[in-house]
Amino acid sequence: MESTRTKQAKDRWNWLWEWANPVKFMALSGKALPWVIGLTVISLTVGLVWGFFFTPEAINFGSSVKIIYVHVPSAMMAINIWVMMLVASLIWLVRRHHVSALAAKAAALVGVVMTVIALITGAIWGEPMWGTYWAWDPRLTSFLVLFLFYLGYMALWAAIEDPDTAADLTSVLAIVGSVFALLSRYAVNFWNQGLHQGASLSLDKEENVADVYWQPLVICLAGFVLLFIALLLVRTRTEVRKRRIHALEMRERMADA
Amino acid sequence: MPDLGKYAGAILTSWAATLALVVLVIAVSWWQSARVKKKLEAAEARRKGS
Repeated sequence: MESTRTKQAKDRWNWLWEWANPVKFMALSGKALPWVIGLTVISLTVGLVWGFFFTPEAINFGSSVKIIYVHVPSAMMAINIWVMMLVASLIWLVRRHHVSALAAKAAALVGVVMTVIALITGAIWGEPMWGTYWAWDPRLTSFLVLFLFYLGYMALWAAIEDPDTAADLTSVLAIVGSVFALLSRYAVNFWNQGLHQGASLSLDKEENVADVYWQPLVICLAGFVLLFIALLLVRTRTEVRKRRIHALEMRERMADA
Repeated sequence: MPDLGKYAGAILTSWAATLALVVLVIAVSWWQSARVKKKLEAAEARRKGS
């Protein structure tokens, strides 16, 4: 017999598992989407306009510090989107919730775009700062490998016809790739070499950039997170609909046969 | 427009590339969403019709 404590713990997580039901997911995400889009537009507009027009030159970086408002949020999202894909993949492997597998699939395109933005803006910023667009620095290299993992992940989804098999294999790839997602974040801490500096944002106040740059940066970061959530909802809804179309087409074929 | 000095090229290229890629991923997601939604409506209509 199930203990009261176990039952209470299950009840506590009910709100999460409701999203796993495709019908409930479509209803909940349909209601949430306009709010998420509105907050995304507000935070991105405020953060980017503040960062571009109203921040002073930095002592070390000059006006090139303004690149931080597109480089840091995109780099953080590139890593965190992979982490989200890892969690969704684990949920699929353990609980077989289709929406979680579809959410991981839906996130990949946004993740690869964020990785490309981080690589491009990093290279453009690197040239005036380090004198080179690219160096085989631990963080840059692990970011490049993360980009290749994103491409591999998307290619694997496209290559396998059976959706459940594709979800299984891409989930394994997400677990393997998470090593490089973590390396992209922490490589700089345990390899005392390379050009890339440490974290720009940290809970340790001494490591943070100055407040005048930090405040708009946090708003930009919130904007990028919200942008990802909005795109994730739109893209997962598309994947759920595709799955429904596939089911209806299979039913039509069965009826014709 | 703020004075970007000698870094103007780097800053403007970074921002332009970012905005272009963000707009592209939004447009692709929106287009795919509209296309699949239309296709599902047609499939549901066929199911109800049959």
